[in-house]
Amino acid sequence: MQIYLPIADLPVNVFLVLGMGLAVGYISGMFGIGGGFLMTPLLIFIGITPAVAVATVSSHIAASSFTGALSYWRKRALDVALALMLLSAGIVGTATGVWLFTELRSLDQLDLAIGLSYVTLLTIVGIMMIYESVRAIMRTRHGMPATLRRPGSHTWLHGLPFKLRFKRSKIYVSAIPVWAIGFVIGFVGAIMGIGGGFLLVPMLIYFLRVPTATVIGTSMVLTLVTMASATVMHAATNHLVDAVLALILMVGGVIGAQFGARTGQKMRGERLRLLLGLLVFAVGCRFAYELVVKPDDLYSIRYVRSG
Amino acid sequence: MRRLATMIVIAIIACGAEPAAAERLVVSLSNHRVAVTSNFVGEELVLFGTVEPEPASRSLRPPYDLVVTVTGPRQTLRTRRKQRVLGIWVNVDSREFVRVPSYLAILSNRPVTDIANQDTLRRLQVGLDNFLLPQRIGSDFADTVRDDPFRRSFLRLQTQQGLYRESATAVTFLTPTVFRAAIAMPAAVPTGSYGIEVELFAGGALAARTNSALDVIKTGFEQYVADAARDWGLLYGMATALMALLIGWFASIIFARD
Repeated sequence: MQIYLPIADLPVNVFLVLGMGLAVGYISGMFGIGGGFLMTPLLIFIGITPAVAVATVSSHIAASSFTGALSYWRKRALDVALALMLLSAGIVGTATGVWLFTELRSLDQLDLAIGLSYVTLLTIVGIMMIYESVRAIMRTRHGMPATLRRPGSHTWLHGLPFKLRFKRSKIYVSAIPVWAIGFVIGFVGAIMGIGGGFLLVPMLIYFLRVPTATVIGTSMVLTLVTMASATVMHAATNHLVDAVLALILMVGGVIGAQFGARTGQKMRGERLRLLLGLLVFAVGCRFAYELVVKPDDLYSIRYVRSG
Repeated sequence: MRRLATMIVIAIIACGAEPAAAERLVVSLSNHRVAVTSNFVGEELVLFGTVEPEPASRSLRPPYDLVVTVTGPRQTLRTRRKQRVLGIWVNVDSREFVRVPSYLAILSNRPVTDIANQDTLRRLQVGLDNFLLPQRIGSDFADTVRDDPFRRSFLRLQTQQGLYRESATAVTFLTPTVFRAAIAMPAAVPTGSYGIEVELFAGGALAARTNSALDVIKTGFEQYVADAARDWGLLYGMATALMALLIGWFASIIFARD
Protein backbone atom coordinates (compact mmCIF):
# COMPACT_ATOMS: atom_id res chain seq x y z
CA MET A 1 0.00 0.00 0.00
CA GLN A 2 1.53 3.27 -1.12
CA ILE A 3 1.19 6.41 0.95
CA TYR A 4 2.26 9.89 -0.08
CA LEU A 5 4.61 11.64 2.37
CA PRO A 6 3.69 15.34 2.43
CA ILE A 7 7.10 16.77 3.37
CA ALA A 8 9.46 14.20 1.85
CA ASP A 9 7.22 14.65 -1.25
CA LEU A 10 7.33 11.07 -2.41
CA PRO A 11 5.17 7.98 -2.10
CA VAL A 12 6.44 5.09 0.02
CA ASN A 13 5.14 1.64 0.84
CA VAL A 14 3.51 1.78 4.29
CA PHE A 15 4.46 -1.81 5.11
CA LEU A 16 8.09 -1.26 4.16
CA VAL A 17 8.39 1.75 6.47
CA LEU A 18 6.42 0.00 9.22
CA GLY A 19 8.71 -3.02 8.86
CA MET A 20 11.77 -0.77 9.15
CA GLY A 21 10.27 0.74 12.30
CA LEU A 22 9.66 -2.73 13.74
CA ALA A 23 13.17 -3.99 12.92
CA VAL A 24 14.94 -0.93 14.28
CA GLY A 25 12.59 -0.91 17.28
CA TYR A 26 13.49 -4.54 17.97
CA ILE A 27 17.20 -3.72 17.95
CA SER A 28 16.70 -0.60 20.04
CA GLY A 29 14.68 -2.52 22.65
CA MET A 30 17.29 -5.27 22.73
CA PHE A 31 20.22 -2.93 23.41
CA GLY A 32 18.40 -0.15 25.25
CA ILE A 33 19.28 2.47 22.60
CA GLY A 34 17.20 4.78 20.40
CA GLY A 35 18.32 3.25 17.11
CA GLY A 36 18.64 6.52 15.22
CA PHE A 37 22.05 5.52 13.84
CA LEU A 38 20.27 2.66 12.01
CA MET A 39 17.02 4.41 11.09
CA THR A 40 18.53 7.52 9.48
CA PRO A 41 20.71 5.50 7.02
CA LEU A 42 17.76 3.21 6.21
CA LEU A 43 15.54 6.16 5.34
CA ILE A 44 18.27 7.66 3.16
CA PHE A 45 18.56 4.28 1.47
CA ILE A 46 14.85 4.20 0.46
CA GLY A 47 15.22 7.60 -1.20
CA ILE A 48 14.34 10.12 1.49
CA THR A 49 16.78 13.04 1.46
CA PRO A 50 19.34 13.00 4.32
CA ALA A 51 17.99 16.31 5.61
CA VAL A 52 14.38 15.06 5.93
CA ALA A 53 15.59 11.72 7.35
CA VAL A 54 17.67 13.37 10.11
CA ALA A 55 14.89 15.78 11.06
CA THR A 56 12.15 13.12 11.08
CA VAL A 57 14.07 10.43 12.94
CA SER A 58 14.48 12.77 15.92
CA SER A 59 10.72 12.58 16.59
CA HIS A 60 10.79 8.78 16.21
CA ILE A 61 13.55 8.51 18.83
CA ALA A 62 11.62 10.85 21.14
CA ALA A 63 8.71 8.38 21.09
CA SER A 64 10.76 5.26 21.78
CA SER A 65 12.88 6.89 24.49
CA PHE A 66 9.74 8.17 26.22
CA THR A 67 8.40 4.60 26.46
CA GLY A 68 11.75 3.50 27.88
CA ALA A 69 12.07 6.41 30.29
CA LEU A 70 8.56 5.75 31.67
CA SER A 71 9.35 2.14 32.50
CA TYR A 72 12.64 3.12 34.18
CA TRP A 73 10.77 5.85 36.07
CA ARG A 74 8.37 3.25 37.45
CA LYS A 75 11.34 1.17 38.60
CA ARG A 76 12.90 4.33 40.12
CA ALA A 77 15.98 3.57 38.02
CA LEU A 78 16.74 7.08 36.84
CA ASP A 79 18.57 10.06 38.30
CA VAL A 80 16.44 13.14 37.72
CA ALA A 81 19.02 15.61 39.06
CA LEU A 82 21.76 14.28 36.80
CA ALA A 83 19.38 14.17 33.82
CA LEU A 84 18.41 17.83 34.37
CA MET A 85 22.09 18.88 34.57
CA LEU A 86 22.87 17.03 31.32
CA LEU A 87 19.78 18.54 29.74
CA SER A 88 20.65 22.16 30.43
CA ALA A 89 23.74 21.64 28.26
CA GLY A 90 22.00 19.22 25.87
CA ILE A 91 19.52 21.87 24.69
CA VAL A 92 22.36 24.31 23.94
CA GLY A 93 24.14 21.51 22.05
CA THR A 94 20.99 20.75 20.02
CA ALA A 95 20.44 24.40 19.13
CA THR A 96 24.09 24.69 17.98
CA GLY A 97 23.69 21.48 15.99
CA VAL A 98 20.49 22.66 14.25
CA TRP A 99 22.18 25.98 13.41
CA LEU A 100 25.22 24.22 11.88
CA PHE A 101 22.85 21.82 10.03
CA THR A 102 21.14 24.83 8.36
CA GLU A 103 24.49 26.43 7.47
CA LEU A 104 25.92 23.24 5.96
CA ARG A 105 22.75 22.70 3.97
CA SER A 106 23.06 26.09 2.31
CA LEU A 107 26.71 25.31 1.47
CA ASP A 108 25.73 21.98 -0.23
CA GLN A 109 27.92 20.10 2.22
CA LEU A 110 25.28 18.65 4.54
CA ASP A 111 25.35 15.15 3.05
CA LEU A 112 29.12 15.06 3.33
CA ALA A 113 29.06 16.27 6.94
CA ILE A 114 26.47 13.63 7.86
CA GLY A 115 28.51 10.92 6.12
CA LEU A 116 31.81 11.94 7.69
CA SER A 117 30.34 12.19 11.20
CA TYR A 118 28.83 8.72 10.84
CA VAL A 119 32.12 7.23 9.66
CA THR A 120 34.27 8.77 12.39
CA LEU A 121 31.91 8.29 15.28
CA LEU A 122 30.58 4.83 14.47
CA THR A 123 33.88 3.18 13.53
CA ILE A 124 35.66 4.52 16.63
CA VAL A 125 32.83 3.70 19.05
CA GLY A 126 32.27 0.33 17.34
CA ILE A 127 35.93 -0.69 17.68
CA MET A 128 36.00 0.39 21.34
CA MET A 129 32.87 -1.63 22.11
CA ILE A 130 34.11 -4.73 20.29
CA TYR A 131 37.48 -4.51 22.08
CA GLU A 132 35.90 -4.08 25.52
CA SER A 133 33.31 -6.86 25.10
CA VAL A 134 35.79 -9.37 23.61
CA ARG A 135 38.04 -8.81 26.63
CA ALA A 136 35.07 -9.38 28.95
CA ILE A 137 34.14 -12.59 27.11
CA MET A 138 37.76 -13.81 27.31
CA ARG A 139 37.78 -13.17 31.04
CA THR A 140 34.65 -15.29 31.59
CA ARG A 141 36.30 -18.07 29.54
CA HIS A 142 39.17 -18.00 32.06
CA GLY A 143 36.73 -18.31 34.92
CA MET A 144 36.88 -14.69 36.08
CA PRO A 145 33.84 -12.44 36.67
CA ALA A 146 32.66 -10.84 33.42
CA THR A 147 31.93 -7.43 34.82
CA LEU A 148 34.71 -4.91 34.73
CA ARG A 149 36.13 -3.88 38.03
CA ARG A 150 34.85 -0.37 38.57
CA PRO A 151 38.02 1.54 37.68
CA GLY A 152 39.90 3.67 40.24
CA SER A 153 37.48 5.96 41.97
CA HIS A 154 39.38 9.17 41.20
CA THR A 155 40.61 10.59 37.88
CA TRP A 156 41.58 14.10 36.85
CA LEU A 157 37.92 14.77 36.16
CA HIS A 158 37.28 14.62 39.86
CA GLY A 159 39.78 17.43 40.47
CA LEU A 160 37.69 19.96 38.54
CA PRO A 161 35.75 22.70 40.39
CA PHE A 162 31.93 23.24 40.74
CA LYS A 163 31.38 19.88 42.34
CA LEU A 164 27.85 18.57 42.70
CA ARG A 165 26.40 15.60 44.52
CA PHE A 166 23.92 13.33 42.70
CA LYS A 167 22.22 11.31 45.41
CA ARG A 168 20.46 8.63 43.42
CA SER A 169 23.56 7.76 41.39
CA LYS A 170 25.75 8.12 44.49
CA ILE A 171 28.37 10.23 42.68
CA TYR A 172 30.10 13.50 43.55
CA VAL A 173 31.47 15.12 40.38
CA SER A 174 32.27 18.48 38.82
CA ALA A 175 29.55 20.11 36.71
CA ILE A 176 32.04 20.74 33.86
CA PRO A 177 32.26 17.16 32.47
CA VAL A 178 28.49 16.77 32.96
CA TRP A 179 27.82 19.87 30.85
CA ALA A 180 30.41 18.86 28.26
CA ILE A 181 28.82 15.43 27.80
CA GLY A 182 25.32 16.92 27.59
CA PHE A 183 26.46 19.44 24.97
CA VAL A 184 28.24 16.85 22.81
CA ILE A 185 25.22 14.50 22.82
CA GLY A 186 22.77 17.29 21.94
CA PHE A 187 25.05 18.60 19.19
CA VAL A 188 25.81 15.23 17.58
CA GLY A 189 22.15 14.23 17.79
CA ALA A 190 20.94 17.27 15.85
CA ILE A 191 23.54 16.88 13.08
CA MET A 192 23.34 13.11 12.67
CA GLY A 193 19.74 12.30 13.56
CA ILE A 194 20.74 10.01 16.40
CA GLY A 195 19.65 10.04 20.02
CA GLY A 196 23.18 9.26 21.14
CA GLY A 197 22.21 6.57 23.66
CA PHE A 198 24.98 4.28 22.45
CA LEU A 199 27.47 7.12 23.09
CA LEU A 200 25.98 8.53 26.26
CA VAL A 201 25.81 5.29 28.24
CA PRO A 202 29.56 4.49 27.93
CA MET A 203 30.43 8.17 28.58
CA LEU A 204 28.39 8.25 31.79
CA ILE A 205 29.91 4.96 32.97
CA TYR A 206 33.55 5.69 32.13
CA PHE A 207 33.81 9.44 32.75
CA LEU A 208 31.30 10.06 35.54
CA ARG A 209 31.23 6.57 37.10
CA VAL A 210 27.43 6.54 37.06
CA PRO A 211 26.32 3.10 38.35
CA THR A 212 24.63 0.74 35.85
CA ALA A 213 21.42 0.85 37.90
CA THR A 214 20.59 4.43 36.88
CA VAL A 215 22.61 4.91 33.69
CA ILE A 216 20.15 3.70 31.01
CA GLY A 217 17.12 5.42 32.55
CA THR A 218 19.02 8.70 32.88
CA SER A 219 20.34 8.45 29.32
CA MET A 220 16.80 7.91 28.04
CA VAL A 221 15.54 11.09 29.72
CA LEU A 222 18.33 13.07 28.06
CA THR A 223 17.65 11.43 24.69
CA LEU A 224 13.93 12.15 25.04
CA VAL A 225 14.33 15.85 25.72
CA THR A 226 17.11 16.52 23.18
CA MET A 227 15.21 14.65 20.45
CA ALA A 228 11.86 16.29 21.25
CA SER A 229 13.51 19.72 21.13
CA ALA A 230 15.44 18.77 17.96
CA THR A 231 12.06 17.93 16.37
CA VAL A 232 10.65 21.33 17.28
CA MET A 233 13.78 23.21 16.16
CA HIS A 234 14.14 21.32 12.86
CA ALA A 235 10.45 21.95 12.15
CA ALA A 236 10.68 25.64 12.99
CA THR A 237 13.89 26.42 11.07
CA ASN A 238 14.19 23.95 8.21
CA HIS A 239 10.55 22.75 7.78
CA LEU A 240 11.83 19.23 7.19
CA VAL A 241 9.98 17.08 9.73
CA ASP A 242 7.57 14.71 7.99
CA ALA A 243 4.83 13.95 10.52
CA VAL A 244 3.26 11.16 8.44
CA LEU A 245 6.59 9.35 8.07
CA ALA A 246 7.32 9.92 11.76
CA LEU A 247 3.97 8.44 12.78
CA ILE A 248 4.50 5.20 10.82
CA LEU A 249 8.04 4.86 12.19
CA MET A 250 6.92 5.48 15.77
CA VAL A 251 4.14 2.90 15.67
CA GLY A 252 6.52 0.27 14.27
CA GLY A 253 9.30 1.32 16.62
CA VAL A 254 7.44 1.12 19.92
CA ILE A 255 5.98 -2.31 19.07
CA GLY A 256 9.33 -3.71 17.92
CA ALA A 257 11.03 -2.36 21.03
CA GLN A 258 8.80 -4.46 23.31
CA PHE A 259 9.86 -7.71 21.63
CA GLY A 260 13.49 -6.60 21.44
CA ALA A 261 13.57 -5.89 25.16
CA ARG A 262 12.47 -9.49 25.91
CA THR A 263 15.23 -10.92 23.72
CA GLY A 264 17.77 -8.56 25.26
CA GLN A 265 16.98 -9.68 28.79
CA LYS A 266 17.76 -13.29 27.91
CA MET A 267 21.23 -12.47 26.60
CA ARG A 268 24.42 -11.99 28.60
CA GLY A 269 25.62 -8.37 28.92
CA GLU A 270 29.01 -8.77 27.26
CA ARG A 271 27.56 -10.75 24.32
CA LEU A 272 24.98 -8.01 23.84
CA ARG A 273 27.71 -5.34 23.87
CA LEU A 274 29.76 -7.29 21.31
CA LEU A 275 26.76 -7.56 18.98
CA LEU A 276 25.98 -3.86 19.33
CA GLY A 277 29.66 -3.02 18.76
CA LEU A 278 29.71 -5.07 15.55
CA LEU A 279 26.48 -3.44 14.37
CA VAL A 280 27.76 0.08 15.07
CA PHE A 281 31.05 -0.69 13.33
CA ALA A 282 29.28 -2.19 10.29
CA VAL A 283 27.09 0.90 9.82
CA GLY A 284 30.24 3.08 10.10
CA CYS A 285 31.98 1.00 7.41
CA ARG A 286 28.96 1.25 5.14
CA PHE A 287 29.18 5.06 5.26
CA ALA A 288 32.96 4.95 4.73
CA TYR A 289 32.44 2.77 1.65
CA GLU A 290 29.99 5.29 0.21
CA LEU A 291 32.40 8.20 0.70
CA VAL A 292 35.44 6.44 -0.75
CA VAL A 293 33.97 4.49 -3.67
CA LYS A 294 33.25 6.46 -6.81
CA PRO A 295 29.52 7.26 -6.80
CA ASP A 296 27.35 5.98 -9.67
CA ASP A 297 26.41 9.51 -10.47
CA LEU A 298 28.75 12.42 -9.87
CA TYR A 299 25.93 14.90 -10.30
CA SER A 300 22.99 15.55 -8.01
CA ILE A 301 20.20 18.12 -7.87
CA ARG A 302 19.10 20.10 -4.85
CA TYR A 303 15.93 22.14 -4.62
CA VAL A 304 16.76 25.79 -3.84
CA ARG A 305 13.42 27.60 -3.89
CA SER A 306 10.20 27.83 -5.86
CA GLY A 307 10.04 30.49 -8.53
CA MET B 1 8.62 58.64 -27.47
CA ARG B 2 11.52 56.54 -28.70
CA ARG B 3 10.55 53.77 -26.29
CA LEU B 4 7.01 53.74 -27.67
CA ALA B 5 8.35 53.53 -31.20
CA THR B 6 10.57 50.58 -30.24
CA MET B 7 7.61 48.83 -28.69
CA ILE B 8 5.54 49.30 -31.82
CA VAL B 9 8.36 47.89 -33.93
CA ILE B 10 8.67 44.89 -31.61
CA ALA B 11 4.91 44.36 -31.74
CA ILE B 12 4.95 44.44 -35.53
CA ILE B 13 7.83 41.96 -35.65
CA ALA B 14 6.02 39.71 -33.16
CA CYS B 15 2.89 39.78 -35.31
CA GLY B 16 4.96 39.05 -38.37
CA ALA B 17 6.46 36.00 -36.66
CA GLU B 18 3.01 34.57 -36.06
CA PRO B 19 1.94 32.11 -38.72
CA ALA B 20 -0.45 33.34 -41.38
CA ALA B 21 -3.84 32.08 -40.31
CA ALA B 22 -4.79 28.96 -42.23
CA GLU B 23 -5.39 26.49 -39.42
CA ARG B 24 -6.88 26.72 -36.01
CA LEU B 25 -6.40 24.27 -33.13
CA VAL B 26 -9.27 23.18 -30.88
CA VAL B 27 -8.12 21.19 -27.88
CA SER B 28 -9.70 19.73 -24.78
CA LEU B 29 -8.02 18.22 -21.75
CA SER B 30 -9.50 15.17 -19.98
CA ASN B 31 -8.99 16.75 -16.57
CA HIS B 32 -7.87 20.24 -15.57
CA ARG B 33 -7.22 19.35 -11.97
CA VAL B 34 -4.95 16.57 -10.74
CA ALA B 35 -5.46 15.84 -7.05
CA VAL B 36 -2.50 14.41 -5.15
CA THR B 37 -3.97 12.28 -2.38
CA SER B 38 -2.33 9.92 0.10
CA ASN B 39 -2.48 7.02 -2.35
CA PHE B 40 -1.42 9.00 -5.44
CA VAL B 41 0.82 6.91 -7.70
CA GLY B 42 0.78 9.12 -10.77
CA GLU B 43 -1.88 9.84 -13.36
CA GLU B 44 -2.23 10.00 -17.11
CA LEU B 45 -4.09 12.90 -18.66
CA VAL B 46 -5.31 12.92 -22.22
CA LEU B 47 -5.45 15.95 -24.48
CA PHE B 48 -7.77 15.67 -27.48
CA GLY B 49 -7.84 18.09 -30.35
CA THR B 50 -8.67 18.78 -33.96
CA VAL B 51 -7.22 20.95 -36.68
CA GLU B 52 -9.82 23.32 -38.18
CA PRO B 53 -9.41 25.53 -41.24
CA GLU B 54 -9.24 29.27 -40.48
CA PRO B 55 -11.12 30.96 -42.06
CA ALA B 56 -13.54 28.10 -42.71
CA SER B 57 -13.28 28.49 -46.48
CA ARG B 58 -9.55 27.72 -46.51
CA SER B 59 -8.50 24.18 -47.26
CA LEU B 60 -6.32 22.14 -44.94
CA ARG B 61 -2.83 21.02 -45.92
CA PRO B 62 -1.97 17.77 -44.20
CA PRO B 63 0.19 15.97 -43.17
CA TYR B 64 0.56 17.84 -39.90
CA ASP B 65 2.97 17.42 -37.01
CA LEU B 66 2.09 18.26 -33.47
CA VAL B 67 4.23 19.15 -30.46
CA VAL B 68 2.74 19.47 -26.96
CA THR B 69 4.94 21.14 -24.34
CA VAL B 70 3.78 20.83 -20.73
CA THR B 71 5.61 22.97 -18.17
CA GLY B 72 5.21 22.72 -14.41
CA PRO B 73 5.60 25.53 -11.87
CA ARG B 74 8.99 27.24 -11.99
CA GLN B 75 11.68 26.29 -9.50
CA THR B 76 15.28 27.18 -8.90
CA LEU B 77 17.41 24.05 -8.64
CA ARG B 78 21.09 23.55 -8.03
CA THR B 79 23.06 20.88 -9.83
CA ARG B 80 26.17 19.78 -7.95
CA ARG B 81 29.17 17.84 -9.16
CA LYS B 82 31.24 15.55 -6.96
CA GLN B 83 34.98 15.23 -7.22
CA ARG B 84 37.51 13.20 -5.25
CA VAL B 85 39.21 15.31 -2.59
CA LEU B 86 41.69 13.64 -0.22
CA GLY B 87 40.27 10.24 -1.08
CA ILE B 88 36.60 11.03 -0.52
CA TRP B 89 33.90 12.26 -2.89
CA VAL B 90 32.83 15.83 -2.19
CA ASN B 91 30.49 18.30 -3.94
CA VAL B 92 33.01 20.74 -5.35
CA ASP B 93 31.18 22.62 -8.07
CA SER B 94 27.57 23.67 -8.55
CA ARG B 95 25.36 25.60 -10.96
CA GLU B 96 22.02 27.15 -10.20
CA PHE B 97 19.28 26.63 -12.79
CA VAL B 98 17.11 29.67 -12.29
CA ARG B 99 13.33 29.53 -12.68
CA VAL B 100 13.26 26.34 -14.72
CA PRO B 101 10.12 24.16 -15.00
CA SER B 102 9.79 21.61 -12.21
CA TYR B 103 8.03 19.37 -14.75
CA LEU B 104 8.65 19.42 -18.47
CA ALA B 105 7.14 17.09 -21.05
CA ILE B 106 7.73 17.50 -24.76
CA LEU B 107 5.36 15.21 -26.60
CA SER B 108 5.19 14.82 -30.35
CA ASN B 109 3.98 12.45 -33.05
CA ARG B 110 7.50 11.87 -34.36
CA PRO B 111 11.02 12.95 -33.31
CA VAL B 112 11.09 16.76 -33.13
CA THR B 113 14.28 16.84 -35.21
CA ASP B 114 12.24 15.37 -38.12
CA ILE B 115 9.43 17.91 -37.71
CA ALA B 116 11.31 21.14 -38.38
CA ASN B 117 14.84 22.34 -38.95
CA GLN B 118 17.20 23.18 -36.09
CA ASP B 119 16.75 26.97 -36.38
CA THR B 120 12.97 26.72 -36.10
CA LEU B 121 13.16 24.29 -33.17
CA ARG B 122 15.66 26.52 -31.39
CA ARG B 123 13.57 29.66 -31.94
CA LEU B 124 10.36 27.99 -30.71
CA GLN B 125 12.17 26.15 -27.89
CA VAL B 126 10.85 22.81 -29.08
CA GLY B 127 12.54 19.72 -27.62
CA LEU B 128 14.56 19.22 -24.43
CA ASP B 129 17.75 20.25 -26.22
CA ASN B 130 16.23 23.54 -27.32
CA PHE B 131 14.29 24.43 -24.21
CA LEU B 132 15.67 27.51 -22.48
CA LEU B 133 17.22 26.58 -19.12
CA PRO B 134 18.87 29.71 -17.72
CA GLN B 135 21.82 29.11 -15.41
CA ARG B 136 23.36 31.54 -13.02
CA ILE B 137 27.08 31.62 -13.59
CA GLY B 138 28.58 34.07 -11.13
CA SER B 139 26.42 37.15 -11.55
CA ASP B 140 25.33 36.37 -15.12
CA PHE B 141 22.24 34.55 -16.27
CA ALA B 142 22.53 32.58 -19.46
CA ASP B 143 21.66 29.32 -21.07
CA THR B 144 24.83 27.52 -22.07
CA VAL B 145 25.62 25.38 -25.06
CA ARG B 146 23.59 22.21 -25.44
CA ASP B 147 26.39 19.84 -24.46
CA ASP B 148 27.42 21.73 -21.33
CA PRO B 149 28.04 18.93 -18.77
CA PHE B 150 25.90 20.59 -16.09
CA ARG B 151 22.99 21.08 -18.47
CA ARG B 152 23.27 17.52 -19.76
CA SER B 153 23.44 16.06 -16.24
CA PHE B 154 20.54 18.23 -15.10
CA LEU B 155 18.36 16.93 -17.96
CA ARG B 156 19.48 13.35 -17.35
CA LEU B 157 18.69 13.47 -13.59
CA GLN B 158 15.32 15.15 -14.13
CA THR B 159 14.49 12.57 -16.81
CA GLN B 160 15.42 9.71 -14.45
CA GLN B 161 12.99 11.15 -11.91
CA GLY B 162 10.27 11.14 -14.56
CA LEU B 163 9.98 14.92 -14.22
CA TYR B 164 11.37 15.74 -17.65
CA ARG B 165 10.50 13.68 -20.66
CA GLU B 166 10.60 13.86 -24.39
CA SER B 167 8.42 11.38 -26.21
CA ALA B 168 8.07 11.03 -29.96
CA THR B 169 5.15 8.60 -29.60
CA ALA B 170 2.90 10.32 -27.06
CA VAL B 171 0.94 12.18 -29.74
CA THR B 172 -1.20 10.11 -32.11
CA PHE B 173 -3.11 11.37 -35.13
CA LEU B 174 -6.39 9.45 -35.16
CA THR B 175 -7.30 10.97 -38.53
CA PRO B 176 -5.11 13.47 -40.44
CA THR B 177 -6.74 16.27 -38.40
CA VAL B 178 -7.81 14.66 -35.09
CA PHE B 179 -5.14 13.92 -32.49
CA ARG B 180 -4.71 12.76 -28.93
CA ALA B 181 -1.74 13.33 -26.61
CA ALA B 182 -1.05 11.31 -23.45
CA ILE B 183 0.46 13.37 -20.61
CA ALA B 184 1.99 11.15 -17.92
CA MET B 185 2.27 12.64 -14.43
CA PRO B 186 4.72 10.75 -12.18
CA ALA B 187 3.95 10.03 -8.50
CA ALA B 188 6.38 12.73 -7.37
CA VAL B 189 4.73 15.39 -9.58
CA PRO B 190 5.28 18.93 -8.23
CA THR B 191 2.16 20.79 -7.19
CA GLY B 192 1.12 24.08 -8.78
CA SER B 193 -0.09 25.52 -12.08
CA TYR B 194 0.94 23.86 -15.32
CA GLY B 195 0.97 25.41 -18.75
CA ILE B 196 0.26 23.39 -21.91
CA GLU B 197 1.43 24.73 -25.23
CA VAL B 198 0.19 22.98 -28.37
CA GLU B 199 2.04 23.74 -31.61
CA LEU B 200 0.98 22.54 -35.01
CA PHE B 201 3.55 22.23 -37.79
CA ALA B 202 2.89 21.93 -41.49
CA GLY B 203 5.76 21.38 -43.89
CA GLY B 204 8.38 22.16 -41.25
CA ALA B 205 6.88 25.53 -40.27
CA LEU B 206 4.67 26.57 -37.39
CA ALA B 207 1.06 26.61 -38.61
CA ALA B 208 -0.95 27.25 -35.45
CA ARG B 209 -0.61 27.24 -31.70
CA THR B 210 -2.89 27.27 -28.70
CA ASN B 211 -2.64 27.05 -24.92
CA SER B 212 -4.30 25.20 -22.14
CA ALA B 213 -3.58 24.80 -18.43
CA LEU B 214 -4.04 22.45 -15.54
CA ASP B 215 -3.51 22.49 -11.79
CA VAL B 216 -1.86 19.85 -9.66
CA ILE B 217 -2.98 20.23 -6.08
CA LYS B 218 -2.43 18.35 -2.87
CA THR B 219 -5.78 17.71 -1.30
CA GLY B 220 -7.09 16.90 2.11
CA PHE B 221 -4.71 15.74 4.77
CA GLU B 222 -1.49 15.98 2.69
CA GLN B 223 -2.18 19.60 1.84
CA TYR B 224 -2.99 20.37 5.45
CA VAL B 225 0.24 18.82 6.74
CA ALA B 226 2.42 20.45 4.09
CA ASP B 227 0.84 23.87 4.71
CA ALA B 228 1.19 23.53 8.47
CA ALA B 229 4.86 22.55 8.19
CA ARG B 230 5.61 25.55 6.00
CA ASP B 231 3.47 28.24 7.62
CA TRP B 232 3.47 27.29 11.30
CA GLY B 233 6.80 25.50 11.65
CA LEU B 234 7.08 25.96 15.40
CA LEU B 235 3.53 24.79 16.18
CA TYR B 236 3.87 21.92 13.73
CA GLY B 237 7.09 20.82 15.42
CA MET B 238 5.46 20.98 18.84
CA ALA B 239 2.50 18.95 17.61
CA THR B 240 4.85 16.32 16.15
CA ALA B 241 6.83 16.15 19.41
CA LEU B 242 3.57 15.84 21.35
CA MET B 243 2.47 13.03 19.02
CA ALA B 244 5.77 11.26 19.77
CA LEU B 245 5.17 11.55 23.52
CA LEU B 246 1.60 10.30 23.21
CA ILE B 247 2.62 7.25 21.20
CA GLY B 248 5.46 6.53 23.63
CA TRP B 249 3.02 6.83 26.52
CA PHE B 250 0.37 4.61 24.87
CA ALA B 251 3.00 1.96 24.20
CA SER B 252 4.13 1.97 27.80
CA ILE B 253 0.52 1.50 28.98
CA ILE B 254 -0.36 -1.21 26.46
CA PHE B 255 2.82 -3.18 26.99
CA ALA B 256 3.23 -2.51 30.73
CA ARG B 257 4.68 -5.57 32.41
CA ASP B 258 5.09 -5.89 36.12
